[in-house]
Amino acid sequence: MIGLKANFKYNICWFIIMITGFYLMNTLIMVGLVDSFIENMFVMIWINIILATGLNLIIGFAGQFSLGHAGFMAIGAYTTAIITQKAVSIGGFYVSFIVGMIIAVIAALLVGIPTLRLRGDYLAIATMGAAEIIRIIINNMKITNGPAGMFNIPQFATWPIVYVMMCITTIVTVNFINSRGGRVIKSVREDEIAAEAMGINTTKWKLAAFVLGAATAAIAGSLHASYLQTIAPNDFGIMESISILIIVVLGGVGSVTGTFVAAVVLGVLDTVLQDFGTLRMVIYAAALILIMVFKPSGLLGTREISIRRLFSYIKRRSV
Amino acid sequence: MQIFFQQVINGLSLGSIYALLALGYTMVYGIIKLINFAHGDIYMLGAFWGYYVINVWHFNFVLALLSAMVVCGLSGVIIEYLAYRPLRHSPRITALITAIGVSFFLENGMSYLFGSNARDFPQAVKQVNYNIGGVRISNIQLEILLTSCILMLILQLIIKRTKMGRAMRAVSVDNAAAELVGVDLNRTISFTFALGSAMAGAAGVMIGLYYNSIDPLMGLTPGIKAFVAAVVGGIGSVPGASLGGFLIGLLETLVQSIGLSAYKDAVVYVVLIVILLIRPMGIFGKNVKEKV
Repeated sequence: MIGLKANFKYNICWFIIMITGFYLMNTLIMVGLVDSFIENMFVMIWINIILATGLNLIIGFAGQFSLGHAGFMAIGAYTTAIITQKAVSIGGFYVSFIVGMIIAVIAALLVGIPTLRLRGDYLAIATMGAAEIIRIIINNMKITNGPAGMFNIPQFATWPIVYVMMCITTIVTVNFINSRGGRVIKSVREDEIAAEAMGINTTKWKLAAFVLGAATAAIAGSLHASYLQTIAPNDFGIMESISILIIVVLGGVGSVTGTFVAAVVLGVLDTVLQDFGTLRMVIYAAALILIMVFKPSGLLGTREISIRRLFSYIKRRSV
Repeated sequence: MQIFFQQVINGLSLGSIYALLALGYTMVYGIIKLINFAHGDIYMLGAFWGYYVINVWHFNFVLALLSAMVVCGLSGVIIEYLAYRPLRHSPRITALITAIGVSFFLENGMSYLFGSNARDFPQAVKQVNYNIGGVRISNIQLEILLTSCILMLILQLIIKRTKMGRAMRAVSVDNAAAELVGVDLNRTISFTFALGSAMAGAAGVMIGLYYNSIDPLMGLTPGIKAFVAAVVGGIGSVPGASLGGFLIGLLETLVQSIGLSAYKDAVVYVVLIVILLIRPMGIFGKNVKEKV
């Protein structure tokens, strides 16, 4: 289903690129070009990439407009916060990952099975409502410390862990998109009725994309909680879902490369504008409107950087 | 029983505010299929305008209300012209993000210009409480109910009886066909934005009077709730939006009165999801059959 074998050659190439990136980052930190401030920026960008890639899978490839990504992120974050405070060890951290993913998958099934029958904006509103319900429940539970949130969460998520998790989730998502399953969900996106007529169980595949997206959101939530060490229910409100959606749409709906570009652009913009105080969000909003008005399909549209195409280009050149 | 009726009165006052906001959502969605995220912020602009004219120019309530409607109607038209019109033929998700951008812009622009602190709304109307059979009704509540009912009636008349209203209905059914029979699309859409934003402006002044407190982020939650109300009532339907607004307002106050105030938003969303699952087109929505 994931199609790792079929794309083995390209996966190896990406793997090499990722290892190079890792050592590049490592070297930059060693020589002091990347201080803790910039490192923090990178980690937040990577977490956003995990979130936005998962949402892009749901919106861009499966064509299901979900506005509830922050809810699944909250589940991952709170699971990690609770478990690592009880069991302070790196093992506990990894266990919390798995547990958070399982809970998020169950929640995604509970939310997805009834609501994925809806279409378009109605689905968006329903998923937004579901995410708000998750947030309100967390807000009122004792174990999550209510509206005050949780602090002093032990920090296990260092930058290498976040980087590796970003690479893993991206590889899994991209391979899913390029596999049979990915072609199925793209056919559902293009025309649900035609896909159904071809014998595709559309509900099952929509749900598969939704659940995979939710699982990656939970991972991002775990990393977020463990890296920042403080979380509160209000971090996972509608605004968080919207800011993930902004990354997806700004990069181009249906382009994973675009998601990477948009996450980096917005992350850097955010850091650069930090000195402007309140004006920062005004500039940010104006930039958002202008980009959308002049580049409605997002920065990259549906274009991707693909090693497969690079290979076939080189082959054609040499013949 | 007294407590119940008291809550019903409170719920109706709150509900009429939601209903006025929901009308704007439902008309704009009906006509260009856009969730106008900035609508809640127009309502905030209305409240701030009311604050300004009552404090500085000493307007009375009616004058403040009418001027806020004009100002908000104008700003709605300007926003549509600058931000949404260039995107009319691009993917709908792009327009949605632009609407979110406009919303951010208004919220943060107002925070930047006037500070993000909450401020007290001036008492343009002296509060008088009436006691009817143990149920306390203030004149402000009555005024809110009455004003919003009048506004909704006027709106219904405009949509059903005037030429512009007929054009609006035609565009919402099929904009290409409407254009073919001579409807000026741009003018109709501008008019829709003006009407919807004027309603939001009125709601803003009234909520300022009712709650006595306004701040630049006040539009966010009521905006989302009003959209929920519009969806529950059936998007594109004016009576549906009014009914949805009253329903959400009543539900919220009743849940609050039985001691579950922490869960009042959750209940609203549960009702939303349940209604969407039973009747995806909302209570008054038309069921559109899908053709292959």
